[in-house]
Amino acid sequence: MAHGPATLADGWGKYLSRWLFTTNHKDIGTLYLWFSFAMFIMGGAFAMVIRAELFQPGMQLIKPEFFNQMTTMHGLVMVFGAIMPAFVGLANWMIPMMIGAPDMALPRMNNLSFWILPFAFAILTSTLFMEGGGPNFGWTFYAPLSTTYAPDTVNYFIFGVHIMGASSIMGSINIIATVMNMRAPGMTYMKMPMFVWTWVITAFLLVAVMPVLAGAVTMMLMDINFGTSFFDAAGGGDPVLFQHIFWFFGHPEVYIIILPAFGVVSHIIPTFSRKPLFGYSSMVYATAAIAFLSFVVWAHHMFTVGMPIAGELYFMYATMLIAVPTGVKVFNWITTMYRGSLTFETPMLFSIAFVILFTFGGFTGMMLSIAAADMQYHDTYFVVAHFHYVMVAGAVFSGTAAVYYWLPKWCGKMYDETMGKVQFWIAFIGFNITFMPQHFLGLAGMPRRYADYGLQFADWNMVSSIGAFMYGGAQILFLFNVIRTIGWGEPTKDPKVWEGAEGLEWTLPTPAPYHTFAKPPKIK
Amino acid sequence: MSTESTYYVPEQSKMPLIAATGMGVMAYGAASWVLEGGTATIFLIGSLIMAGVLYKWWSIVIDENMRGLASPQLKHSYVLGMLWFIFSEVMFFACFFGALFYVRVLVNSWIGGEAAVGWFDDTPTDAAAANAQHLWPGYEAAWPPMITPDQAVNGDAAQFKGPDQNMSFPGWDRILHWLPLWNTLVLLTSSVTVHIAHTGLKDGDRKKFNTWLGITVALGIFFLFLQVEEYIEAYQHMGLTLESGIYGTTFFMLTGFHGMHVTLGTVMLLIQWLRGLKGHFTHDDQFGFEAASWYWHFVDVVWVGLFLFVYVLA
Repeated sequence: MAHGPATLADGWGKYLSRWLFTTNHKDIGTLYLWFSFAMFIMGGAFAMVIRAELFQPGMQLIKPEFFNQMTTMHGLVMVFGAIMPAFVGLANWMIPMMIGAPDMALPRMNNLSFWILPFAFAILTSTLFMEGGGPNFGWTFYAPLSTTYAPDTVNYFIFGVHIMGASSIMGSINIIATVMNMRAPGMTYMKMPMFVWTWVITAFLLVAVMPVLAGAVTMMLMDINFGTSFFDAAGGGDPVLFQHIFWFFGHPEVYIIILPAFGVVSHIIPTFSRKPLFGYSSMVYATAAIAFLSFVVWAHHMFTVGMPIAGELYFMYATMLIAVPTGVKVFNWITTMYRGSLTFETPMLFSIAFVILFTFGGFTGMMLSIAAADMQYHDTYFVVAHFHYVMVAGAVFSGTAAVYYWLPKWCGKMYDETMGKVQFWIAFIGFNITFMPQHFLGLAGMPRRYADYGLQFADWNMVSSIGAFMYGGAQILFLFNVIRTIGWGEPTKDPKVWEGAEGLEWTLPTPAPYHTFAKPPKIK
Repeated sequence: MSTESTYYVPEQSKMPLIAATGMGVMAYGAASWVLEGGTATIFLIGSLIMAGVLYKWWSIVIDENMRGLASPQLKHSYVLGMLWFIFSEVMFFACFFGALFYVRVLVNSWIGGEAAVGWFDDTPTDAAAANAQHLWPGYEAAWPPMITPDQAVNGDAAQFKGPDQNMSFPGWDRILHWLPLWNTLVLLTSSVTVHIAHTGLKDGDRKKFNTWLGITVALGIFFLFLQVEEYIEAYQHMGLTLESGIYGTTFFMLTGFHGMHVTLGTVMLLIQWLRGLKGHFTHDDQFGFEAASWYWHFVDVVWVGLFLFVYVLA
C-alpha cells in the first residue's frame, strides 16, 4: 500500500518527488490550488497594468499593442489558469472526502491532468517574450483578428489551448468516474452534497464543450497555415461561424466557472446559519436546468453580428429562461439564512457578498439579454462590469470563501479571523469601487478593450483604477493569511471545525489524514 | 456506488509527469513547426517521449491487471473513463459537422443573396441582398460550390479556387467506381467482424477471436489505403484540395479527422490482436479489447454520418 507523505525532513529529493509523482487526491488538490493562485497573481498583475494605463486618458505607460496583449492574456489566464484550476483543486480535495471515497477514481490520470497545466501556461505566456508579442485579439479570439490579422505566435496559443483542453477533459472524466463509481454504500445520488452535485454537472459540461473549443482552434490553425476557408467568406466560409462555435463552447464555459461556486456557497451558508440547506432537491434540479439551458443560448453574445430576427428572438427568450433556475438558487440561499442563528466568519461574509453581488451581476445579465437593448450595451464597459460581477464577486469570492472554510480541515490550523475580515472588507469595497463605475462608463458609451478613451470618461476611470489597486492589495493579505495559517496558525483538533458544519468530510480527523476512507463508511 | 471493502491506491508514478512533458514538448514543437521556416525536430522529440510513455504506462496497467491488482471497481472506472472519452470525441466531430451544416444551409445562401430558410419568408434579408449586390456579385448559392465567391468576383486572380470535380454521387451508371461506397462497405463490414471476434472471446474460442480480429485490422488498413487513394485522386485529378474553398475545407477536415481516428482505432485493435496472440484476455476479463471495439464502432458511426452528409446528400 502507499506510504505516508514525504516531508522536508526526508530530504529535498524525496519531498520534490512526492509532489511530482503523486497519485494522492489531496496532494494534487494542493498543487492545483497553488498553481491557480500563482496564475491569479499573474493575471491580476496584467489587470493592474490595464488599470494603471486607464488611470488617465491618453497613453502614459505602455503601447496600445501591448495593452491589447494585456487584455487578452488577463482574460485567458484568469479563466483557464486561475478560476478553473482553483475549482478543480477544491474538487480534488473535497469530493472524495464528501462521498466517502479513498481517492479519485483514476489517480495517475489525475496527476497528468495537473502537470499539463504548467506546460500549457508556460507555452502561452512565453509568447509575450517572442517576436510579434503574445495573443492580442481578446480572450474570445474572434476570427479574423485571430487568423488573418494575428501575430505568428498565435500558433503557440493554439497548441497551448489544445493541451490545456486535454487536461480539462481528463480532469472531468476523472470527476465523473469518481462520483459515479466511488460513492460509499448508501450515498445515493440524492444524498450527495451540493458541491459534488454541482461539480459532476460541471464536469459533464466540460467533457461536452472542451472538444468544441479544440475544434475551433483547429479550424483557426488550418485557416492560418493550410489555406482552408472556414472563417473566410471569399472561400465560402464565414467569420461569424467562429463566433457560433466559440460561444457554443463559451456559454457553457461560464457555467463551468460558476456552478462549482454555487456548490461552495451551498455548503458555507447552511454551516453559518446552523440550518440545513433549504430546498436541496430543487437546488439539484436547478443546477441541471442551468446546465441544459447553457447549451441553447450561446448566440446572445452575438446579437449585433447580424442574425435573422427569428434567431435574435429565440436566443433572447431562451436566455431569459435561465433566470428561473438561477432565481430558485438565490431564493434557496436566502431562505436558508432566514431565521437561522447566523454568525459572520470570513467564509460566511464572502458567501453573503457572493449572493448579493452575483445576483446583481445576474440582473445586468438580464438587461444584456434583451436583444434590442443589447445593441446599446454590446462591447461596452457595461458588459465588462457585468461579467466581472459574476466572475470576480461570483467565482473568485466563493473560491476565497472555500479556502477559508476548508483550510482548517486541510492543515489543522485556524486562520487569523481578524485578518480575514479585514481582507474581506477591503476586497468587497475595492471590488465595488472598481466595477460599479464601469456600468456607468458602459452606459455612457465607453467601448471595452481600448487603450485610450474620451475625456468625458476620465473621472470614473480614475475611480475604477483606485478600486482595482485596492482589490489587488487585498489578495496580498489573502496570500499572507494563508501562509501564516499553514506555518504558524493556531492548531485545532476539532473534527467539525465549525459548529454548524454537516457532512462526511467533517467526521474525519482534523487535519485530514493523508489517506482517508481506506474502508468505505456506511451512510444511513 | 462502491461495493468494495478496500481500495487499491497506486504507488507514486513517474508516468504522468513524463507524459505531461511529452505533451508540452509536442505542443511547443508543433507550433514552431508550422511557422515559416520551422522544422519538425522538437515535435518529433515530443512524439517519441509520448510514444515511449504510453507504451510503458499501458504495460504497467496491463501488468497490474494480470497480477490481479485491479479491483472490479477500478475496472469499472476504466469503463467509465473510456465511455466518457468517446463522448468527448463525439462532441469534437459534432463541432465539425455543425460547421458543415451552418455553412451549407445558412452561409452559402446568404453569400448568394438568398434567404437561408425559406419556409416562412423567402425574401432575402438586407444583408444577404447586399452580399449579392456589393460584396460577392455573381456568386450563386450551390452545394457543393464549384466556384467560390472569390472566383465569382475575381476570376482567375482568386486566392480560393473551387474544385474541378467533387466527391458527390456520380450517378447510377458509375456507382461501382464510386470509392466512398466501397469505403462504407469496408468499414461497415469491419464493425461486424469485430463483433464476431468479440463473440469468439466470450465463447472462449481463441482461434475465432484471433482470426476475426485480424480480419478487422486488415479491413481497417484497407479502408485507410482506399482513403489515401481517394485523396491522391482528389489532389491530382479533381483539383480538389484543402484550399479549394469551403467544400475542400469541410471535405478534407471531416474525412481527414475521421481517417486519423480510424488510424488510431486500427492501432488500438492491432495491439489487442497482438495481446490476444500472447494469450491475454479471458471470457470475463477483456476490457482492453472491448474499449478498442467501442472506439471502432464509434468511428464507424461517424463514417455513416460522413457518407450521408459529405458524399450522398451533396
